Amino acid sequence: MAVRSEEFLIATIADLLTGCGHIAVGVLSPIPGSAALLTRARNGADTRVSIIGSFKAPYRTDGGVDIFDCAGQGRVDAFFLSGGQIDGQANINLTRVGAYPQQEVRWSGAFGSAYLYFMVPRVILFREEHTRRVLVPKVDFISAPGVSAPNVYRPGGPYALVTNRCVFMFDKPTQRFRLASVHAGHTVEEVRDETGFDFDCPALIPITAAPDAATLALIRGDVARAIADPYPAFAQRLWKVAATA
Amino acid sequence: MPATSHLSDLEQLAARVCDGAKIAVFKDCGVPMALGCALIRRGLRQLHLVTVPTGGMLPDILIGAGCVATVETSGVSLGEYGLAPRFVDAVKRGTVQILDSTCPAIYAGLQAAQKGIPFMPLRGLIGSDILAERSDLRVIDNPFGDNDPIVALPAITPDFALFHAPFADRSGNVYVGRQHELKLLAHAARASLVTVERYVDFNLMDNEQLAVGTLSSLYVTAVALAPRGAAPSNLPGEYDFDRDALQAYARAAATREGFERWLAVALEPAQIVAA
Repeated sequence: MAVRSEEFLIATIADLLTGCGHIAVGVLSPIPGSAALLTRARNGADTRVSIIGSFKAPYRTDGGVDIFDCAGQGRVDAFFLSGGQIDGQANINLTRVGAYPQQEVRWSGAFGSAYLYFMVPRVILFREEHTRRVLVPKVDFISAPGVSAPNVYRPGGPYALVTNRCVFMFDKPTQRFRLASVHAGHTVEEVRDETGFDFDCPALIPITAAPDAATLALIRGDVARAIADPYPAFAQRLWKVAATA
Repeated sequence: MPATSHLSDLEQLAARVCDGAKIAVFKDCGVPMALGCALIRRGLRQLHLVTVPTGGMLPDILIGAGCVATVETSGVSLGEYGLAPRFVDAVKRGTVQILDSTCPAIYAGLQAAQKGIPFMPLRGLIGSDILAERSDLRVIDNPFGDNDPIVALPAITPDFALFHAPFADRSGNVYVGRQHELKLLAHAARASLVTVERYVDFNLMDNEQLAVGTLSSLYVTAVALAPRGAAPSNLPGEYDFDRDALQAYARAAATREGFERWLAVALEPAQIVAA
């Protein structure tokens, strides 16, 4: 069976989670959630995954307050955020486009981002759509800022940005994204054309590694069964796997 | 065991809520769907709705039905079923005021109310437009630190906490299980209106295992029976999400007309119990 784009992205994100002991997953995150579960499947008991919204014993948190307290103490190593807009300073907009109160576009809202983006050391930004509509020079509304003034307490922040075209890594000292790899079938020129913000681009850009057979087997087995609990429609569509009680 | 004044019925519960009240509802595992529909039947207006900390179908319905003037939320979404259509429509048309927040800020505001203190500090938020647009939030200097700005959030004190739970005893103690947020919600609110699947005939506080997951009647204003009162949302240990019904709502509520048709059916009391 050919590698689906979702499976490729799950493996790509999992490669960014190496070494993480506690990975938390928020709402509306089936692909990052699967990547976290893949990391756990590879690492076993050394990695814990907490999935907000999961009712399965290994993944459920001790309620909503718990996960934020946990992050505040530095007990969460990695988390995932997305955005209707993301800009070159890694600011994310989950809220709206246009001025209040008559907004042109209204999304769900910031959820935990305006806190967790500050607290979790390795925040991976994930958005499949890679266009100038999403990757903008400057977000219309900062739901959570990518960088902070030196006196603001901020152990956490952006680590990487994964799209359906490439992987960017975020460089904290320069406050800029650096192109790290381009997915097979895509080019650096295309990434430039479709990205609304300026980014650093080394001379040699590798192709993002494709998942090997063992990784695919894990994704289609353990991971598919586990992600079906919080994301039944996703697991059903990709792998025809139903949630178990 | 004597019956107490805690026990009520669904419509009487709804009758306690007045126009303009600040009501708080939890995001899942105890969504008071039947009680929410009773509020709509009452024709309430100008509610200040606090979603704890986010919301889905119930806030969307209350907004679509025109009950809500202000929504204080970290996010309203139908999850896998997409954006919350009536929320998005109302916000875009400017018919509801929105106070954007972030999840731990809602919890922290409730924790301040629970402790009876005026505010709670919280990390994060600095540099966000959420903070910039919320004139009720402040940045203060950590009094124990050195040049350490931190956000101060005012206490959130709902007039009413509304939620659904598996069962209550006849003294008004309510079993909430592991959903501690429901205790936080009830502790913070001036009054709590609770629907349950059933009553039990012993005092929950007499049972070591159940007592840890029990909200004391001290914080419970009134309880009413509402079998499947959280449906089509889930109630852990009792019933799962009705995914077909959630999907059907998302489709129907995509348009104003579709929502009106859906609501007309949902507001018939028999429909809610049997849904």
